[in-house]
Amino acid sequence: MFGYLLKRLIQMTLVLWVVSVIVFLMMSFTGDPVFMVVPIDATDSEIAQARRLLGLDQSPLVQYWRFLTSLVQGDFGQSYVFRQPAMTLILERLPATVEMVLVAMVMAVAVAIPLGVYAGANPEGRLSRTIMAGSLLGISLPGFWVGMVLIYLFAVHWGVFPSSGRGDTAELFGLRISLLTWDGWHHIILPAVTLSLGTMAILLRMTRAGMMEVGRQDFMKFARAKGATRHDVLYKHGLKNALIPVVTIFGLQLGDLIAFATITETIFSWPGMGKLLIDSIYRADRPVIVVYLMLVALIFVVINFLVDLVYTLIDPRISLK
Amino acid sequence: MTTGFLRSEFFHNYKRSTSAIVGSGLMLFFAACVLIGPFLVTQNPYDIASLDLMDSYKPPMWLEGGDSRFPLGTDGQGRDVWASILYGARISVFIGLVAMIASCTIGTLLGLIAGFYGGVVDSVIMRIADIQLSFPSILIALFLMSAVGTGVDKVLIALTAVGWVVYARTVRGSTLSEIEKEYVQAAKVAGLPNHKIIRKHVLPNVLTPLIVIATIQVGTFVLIEASLSFLGVGVPITQPSLGLLIKNGFDVLFSGLWWTSVFPGFAIMTLVFGINLFGDFLRDELNPRLK
Repeated sequence: MFGYLLKRLIQMTLVLWVVSVIVFLMMSFTGDPVFMVVPIDATDSEIAQARRLLGLDQSPLVQYWRFLTSLVQGDFGQSYVFRQPAMTLILERLPATVEMVLVAMVMAVAVAIPLGVYAGANPEGRLSRTIMAGSLLGISLPGFWVGMVLIYLFAVHWGVFPSSGRGDTAELFGLRISLLTWDGWHHIILPAVTLSLGTMAILLRMTRAGMMEVGRQDFMKFARAKGATRHDVLYKHGLKNALIPVVTIFGLQLGDLIAFATITETIFSWPGMGKLLIDSIYRADRPVIVVYLMLVALIFVVINFLVDLVYTLIDPRISLK
Repeated sequence: MTTGFLRSEFFHNYKRSTSAIVGSGLMLFFAACVLIGPFLVTQNPYDIASLDLMDSYKPPMWLEGGDSRFPLGTDGQGRDVWASILYGARISVFIGLVAMIASCTIGTLLGLIAGFYGGVVDSVIMRIADIQLSFPSILIALFLMSAVGTGVDKVLIALTAVGWVVYARTVRGSTLSEIEKEYVQAAKVAGLPNHKIIRKHVLPNVLTPLIVIATIQVGTFVLIEASLSFLGVGVPITQPSLGLLIKNGFDVLFSGLWWTSVFPGFAIMTLVFGINLFGDFLRDELNPRLK
């Protein structure tokens, strides 16, 4: 167990290191950051001085080394636009994103699992076919477009939900949370629904496929034969065994939700870190982009690790090696 | 040849599958629109001379104030939305197809090399693939585009950079099992050079699973491209794809001018839904294990 954890820790560090190299390389393509910090009418000597101050006159290897050491020390530099530490900017907006992703995930699971179990248990039924066609439509829709249609219908046309922003928040352990206020819930519904549709469709299809797979197996017949109720057969015996691939997808989907949150947040002007990323891309605010990418990379690596751990909990046959 | 196909099991199942017929029907409809679409409309949305500002923001023809010249209404420059969709679909489909072909070629090549030669080459290619797969494609593409700027060529590069991985993995897997088989061993003993064994013997036998991946990927790419363009880091405004049309429409959505953004979205949905329906059918047909 300890050996496994150590091995995974080394692997995770390695992945993060590779990401840091790629981020550094790509960032050096994005034009000269010196022009982000000097005034427009700066003279050549001022530009040269700024370049020296930023360390941009040194060789790429030295620059990378400085980049890496400051990353490790948690120093990501100042945002060119906000003149604040980039890390603080991201962390301020993290709760808003996490909140939206979690609500979307809960919605997706709450709809996908029961419908997936039903469609897997009655593959030929008319309702199942409708569910499956609906889920295929769900993965064929551009998410941002769905968000727009929802805004048009519910905000512009009927005026029942707000079209943008986060609404009132309440403070909990120093974090600003919308889910604690009625107004916050009112604001989060549309973006969360938009974000959840794709994940809902994929989880549903995976659950159905898993249920169909286990449905053919002997223990299911046996459970039926011993007289377990239909609900118990499906959920206690079937779903538990069908969940293993779903958990992997669940982990990947959590990552996808964080990625797609950038788009959803842009549409709904949701003040999360995804919107900050898009704004920073427009403004070439390099330090913020770097923090976002490294933070998200860290989140993904940790999610993947947790998924592997959860595996062993649901399926004792899989051992950690 | 033709009668052989008409009598094949594949065609037999095709005829009986509603989703396959609907899916391929949608794909064909879309292909027709892309190929002959520009000849169906009188207005070229890229030709400023054919636009008239007097025609701007006309609603679809069945609504009050609509104009039968513009069945789906017009945008702020008096551009026919239907014509914009026909032209925009060309760009979207072009990007999806070309990026798929590029990804497939590069991915298959790397997969063959990794599977056939093994060793360090294999480890390097597959570790890169692993790392890449732990990040969502849209995020990688977004990041690449933010670094290199907008442009059709750059979108193609970004999509190929995220798309090759699935092919490499699949091909490597099949190659590993193929090279164990006797016909490859025989070819080796017969003294054929490696590149010939790979090209003539291994390659044809690892291609089947790629058909499904390639089909679905065109749809995925159209969606990713649309998302990138929507965020403003995709195609330039001079070559508006369906995604960019939606973005332009989004800017006027709050004035109630919904048709400039809603209809391009329907177009994307029709195409990707068709591809996914047909792809599902192909998956069931080509993967006998799942039957």
